[in-house]
Amino acid sequence: MKVILGAEEIERILSRIAHEIAEKGRRAEDLCLIGIQRGGVYLARRLQRLLEGILKVPVPVGSLDISFYRDDLSIRKEAPQVRKTDISFDITGKRVILIDDVLFTGRSIRAALDALMDMGRPAEIELAVLIDRGHRELPICAQYVGRNVPTSRDERVEVRLVEESGKDEVVIIKE
Amino acid sequence: MKHLLGTKDLSKEMIKKILSSAGAFKDVLRRDIKKVPTLRGKTVVNLFFEPSTRTRTSFELAEKRMSMDVLNFSVPASAVVKGESLLDTIRTIESYEIDYIVIRHQSSGVPHFIAKHTKASVINAGDGMNEHPTQALLDAFTILEKKGRIEGLDIAIVGDILHSRVARSNIYCLSKLGARLRLIGPPTLLPPALKEAFGISELKVFYRIEEGLEGADVIMMLRLQKERQIRGFFPSEGEYFRFWGLTPERLRLAKPDAIVMHPGPMNRGIEISTEVADGPQSAILEQVTNGIAIRMAVLYALQTEAQGVGESSG
Repeated sequence: MKVILGAEEIERILSRIAHEIAEKGRRAEDLCLIGIQRGGVYLARRLQRLLEGILKVPVPVGSLDISFYRDDLSIRKEAPQVRKTDISFDITGKRVILIDDVLFTGRSIRAALDALMDMGRPAEIELAVLIDRGHRELPICAQYVGRNVPTSRDERVEVRLVEESGKDEVVIIKE
Repeated sequence: MKHLLGTKDLSKEMIKKILSSAGAFKDVLRRDIKKVPTLRGKTVVNLFFEPSTRTRTSFELAEKRMSMDVLNFSVPASAVVKGESLLDTIRTIESYEIDYIVIRHQSSGVPHFIAKHTKASVINAGDGMNEHPTQALLDAFTILEKKGRIEGLDIAIVGDILHSRVARSNIYCLSKLGARLRLIGPPTLLPPALKEAFGISELKVFYRIEEGLEGADVIMMLRLQKERQIRGFFPSEGEYFRFWGLTPERLRLAKPDAIVMHPGPMNRGIEISTEVADGPQSAILEQVTNGIAIRMAVLYALQTEAQGVGESSG
């Protein structure tokens, strides 16, 4: 196991991503954040606090579970645990920033996009991730990347956050 | 899990898993697009040998909300009346490359028999006097929504326990979840040997409804199965209501925030009064909505077992 990011670095990265998101948008009122369960949800809440500080407007945040939209259900042994989808605002016409902890094959993002399309018609959707570990299987790329981390397929990247693990760190584990 | 045949053999963990995903499916039913692509390309046959409107439509809607292809196979239109055996019917259906079979049959054990002879996943939608597991799961989900918990609740099941597959499935399911159960009914419909048959020590039996309802958190009324009352278990329907019917006066014996449930279809004025059925404590219509969500959750949990790949995120 190798620690590749510590708490301070994660904080700096999120602050940089928040500024990039804020800089790019035209209307701060249209901005909303949607975190993919589970890691993405915690990151989305942190980005919300940072962005509200920068933009001085409320930034709505929601959580998205992609279980019902996965493409691997029929080849899995057991159906994945379903978590809460909680998006209490209308995403139609909004600038949606989709947030995940690790970008890998791109299949989760494909599922998340399909899920969002069933809930409304956003003006645009962008993707922010803490770690991009490569090995894409679909033509998907993130607009905001915390850190590019070259990995091999038999490694696992784990983003551990205070909200669940008691401390912030990103580790690579050799299987 | 491959089949859902009953709650008797369902693990507590599996029950909790199904209940915890049902909320997410209920949210889907409230959206503009009330459909998810989860089971796209899968085919299900609804095989109903016994007349049923609500269970069949509830299953059919749940299946369509999951994007499945649905075939309805009901007795009057089928080859069964022409003398085809059950096994031949199953083999015929199976050659359509079916993934799931939802079965209702008037004889106990038929779903278990079919499960042994098919590659498809089998869901019991009610077999004779045995079990009706999706009804019990939707009842548990409704209680959980209304009360926030099941463990430690006093739940009264009232009426024709003897003939009721709904009661049996509920007794197994709710006792696994830690409820304190009271069975209430006339001795003819609640023989002492029945209690022993469940093998659950905390089960309490009451022959007077007033005693049984005192301080209850949940009252589950059972439908008086008129079609099965051939041997005269009680004098008349009027008599039954006078002794066992749920009236506003009797409801007041339960906790002030007690909820009233009924699996439908109701016999108003026989097991339940109209005031109670339509009153503020009734959760009966909520049960119908929850039925669709729980059947979606069951279909989701019964993912046909394949070679199996590990957890892969990304």
